[in-house]
Amino acid sequence: MPNGTESIVNEATGTIEVDLQARQVRKFRAQDSAFHYVTMLFALVVLAALVGILISLSVEAMPSLKEFGPAFLWTNVWSVPDDQYGALIAIYGTLTTSFIALLIAVPVSFGIALFLTETCPVPLRRPLGTAIELLAGVPSIIYGIWGLFIFAPLFADHVQPHLQALLGGVPVIGGWFSGPPIGIGILTAGIVLSLMVIPFIASVMRDVFETVPPILKESAYGVGCTTWEVVRNIVLPYTRVGVIGGIMLGLGRALGETMAVTFVIGNANRIGASLFSPGNSIASTLANEFAEADPGLHVSSLFALGLVLFVITFIVLAISRWLIRRGMGAEGL
Amino acid sequence: MSAQPAESANGPSLQIRKLNFFYGDFQGLKDVTMNVARNMVTAFIGPSGCGKSTLLRTFNRMYDLYPGQRAEGEILFNGKNLLDKKQDVNLVRAKIGMVFQKPTPFPMTIYENIAFGVRLYERMSRSEMDDRVEWSLRKAALWDEVKDKLQQNGLSLSGGQQQRLCIARAVAVKPEIVLLDEPTSALDPISTAKIEELINELKSEYTIAIVTHNMQQAARISDFTAFMYLGELIEFGKTDELFVKPRKKQTEDYITGRFG
Repeated sequence: MPNGTESIVNEATGTIEVDLQARQVRKFRAQDSAFHYVTMLFALVVLAALVGILISLSVEAMPSLKEFGPAFLWTNVWSVPDDQYGALIAIYGTLTTSFIALLIAVPVSFGIALFLTETCPVPLRRPLGTAIELLAGVPSIIYGIWGLFIFAPLFADHVQPHLQALLGGVPVIGGWFSGPPIGIGILTAGIVLSLMVIPFIASVMRDVFETVPPILKESAYGVGCTTWEVVRNIVLPYTRVGVIGGIMLGLGRALGETMAVTFVIGNANRIGASLFSPGNSIASTLANEFAEADPGLHVSSLFALGLVLFVITFIVLAISRWLIRRGMGAEGL
Repeated sequence: MSAQPAESANGPSLQIRKLNFFYGDFQGLKDVTMNVARNMVTAFIGPSGCGKSTLLRTFNRMYDLYPGQRAEGEILFNGKNLLDKKQDVNLVRAKIGMVFQKPTPFPMTIYENIAFGVRLYERMSRSEMDDRVEWSLRKAALWDEVKDKLQQNGLSLSGGQQQRLCIARAVAVKPEIVLLDEPTSALDPISTAKIEELINELKSEYTIAIVTHNMQQAARISDFTAFMYLGELIEFGKTDELFVKPRKKQTEDYITGRFG
C-alpha cells in the first residue's frame, strides 16, 4: 500500500476508493496465505499417510518379528498348521516373477517406444499409442482370468514342452525348465506380469523419447548416423534418467501386483528349483490368506510380509535414484 | 525467376537445377537454380519464411526425416543427383556436414562428441583418433580452451564454445561441404566474431553455405550471396556487387531495410 496515506487528502470519492483498494489487498493477502496453508496441508497428508502405513504395519507385525527374529526373512517355511512362518518363499516368488517380467518387458517396451517415436508411419502413431495406453487401463483381474483360463493351458500344451526339450539339457539353466508342464507357476506369472507392465514402461519410454530436441537428432543424422545409431548414442543417453524411471515404475507395479499373480502363480508355499513349479508371491499370499487368518501369529506374519514388500519397494526406489545420480555424475554434469 | 549462376575459378560444388520443395501442399521452394562454388562462402539471406533454411536442408536431405516433405528437381554433387532415391542419405550427410541454429553438443564427453562421428565411417587407432580430435578442435579454434577437459561433458561448455564444438564435429568427418544454418543467431557478439573468423579460415578447405538473418554478417564473410523471397531465388551474385549494386528492386528494398 504505497500511496495509501497520501491519497487520503484527495476528495472524498477518491479516498473511499483507496480504502476499498487497501481492503482488497488485505483480502487477497489473506486468501493467498490461506491457499498456501491448505495446499501445504494436502501435501502433508501424503507424508502422514506414508508414515502412518509404515507405523501401523510395524506395530501389527511386531509379534511375528519378535517370535521369529530377523530369520523371518530367510526362513523357507510357511506353515499355518505348525504356526511357523518365514518370508523367503514369498520374497523369492515376488522377486523372481518381477525379474522375469522385466526381462521380457524392457526390450519389448523399448522396441514399442522406438517404433512409435522414430519409425512408425504418422497415421499409425496415434492409434497405436492409444492402444498401448488402453492396455494399461485393463483391470488386473482380467489379466488374471485370461492368464488362468486361456494362457496357462496354451502355455502348458504348446510352449512348456518345447522349452523343456530345448533347454532342459543345458547345464545350470536346465533345471529351471524341469518338472511337469502344468501351465501355472512362477514362469507363467512372470510372463503375465510382463504383459501388464509393458504398457507402463512403453508409454513412459515413448514420452521421454519425445523430449529429445529434434535439432539434436538432426545433428546426429547430420554427421551420417543411421536411425539405430541416433537412438543408441543420442536418444538413449539423453533420456537415460527417464528410461530408468519408466523401468522402475514397471518394477514397482510388478512387485506389488496381486490379483493376476494370485490367479496364475499356483499358490504353493514352497520354493521349487524349476520356474515351471508353482510358488507364491508376497502379494498373493496376503490376498489368499488374510480373510481366513486367525488372529495371532498368522495375521501378524502377514503384516510382516506386507512390511517386507514395503521395504523392498523402498529399496528399489533408492537404488534407482542412486543409479540415476551415478549416471549423471559420469557425464560430468 | 532464376538468377544466373555466378562464376568462380574453382567450379561448382553443388549444382542446383529447377529445385521445387513441398511441405505437404505448401510449396516452400519455387524453381531454384544456382551453383554453390567450391571453397567459397555462399550466404543465403532473406526475410523469415523465404525458404533459405529449407534450401539448405535439401542439400543434405535433412527433410527426409519428416514425412510429407519432398523435393523435386536436381542437386548435383560430384556428378550425382543428391535427390535420387537410390542415393544413400547417411553417406551424403557424412560428406555434407551441418551446423544448426542452436549449439547441439551430443550428451557425451567433448572428446566423444568428435570421435563419435568419425568412428561411424572410419576405423582408426586410439592415437590416430586423438590426433583427429586435436586437429578438428584446432580447426574450430577451440583446442586451447578445452585441451585439459576433453573428458568433460560437451554441455559443460559455454554457448559459443559449444557451437565451435559443433563446427569441430562437422569438420572432423572431413566433409566436402559445411552447411551453417544461422550458426550465430544464439550467440553473443564475441562468440559470433570468433565463428565468423573461423568460417573465413575454413573456406580454404571446405565449401561453405551459410544461412543468416544478419545482412552485415553475409556482407562480411561471404563471397557470393543469394537473396531469397517467398520461396524464390530473387538475386544471386558476388557479395560485393549484390550489396553495392543490386540489380533487383526487391533486393535493394531488403538490404536497405525497407522490408523484411
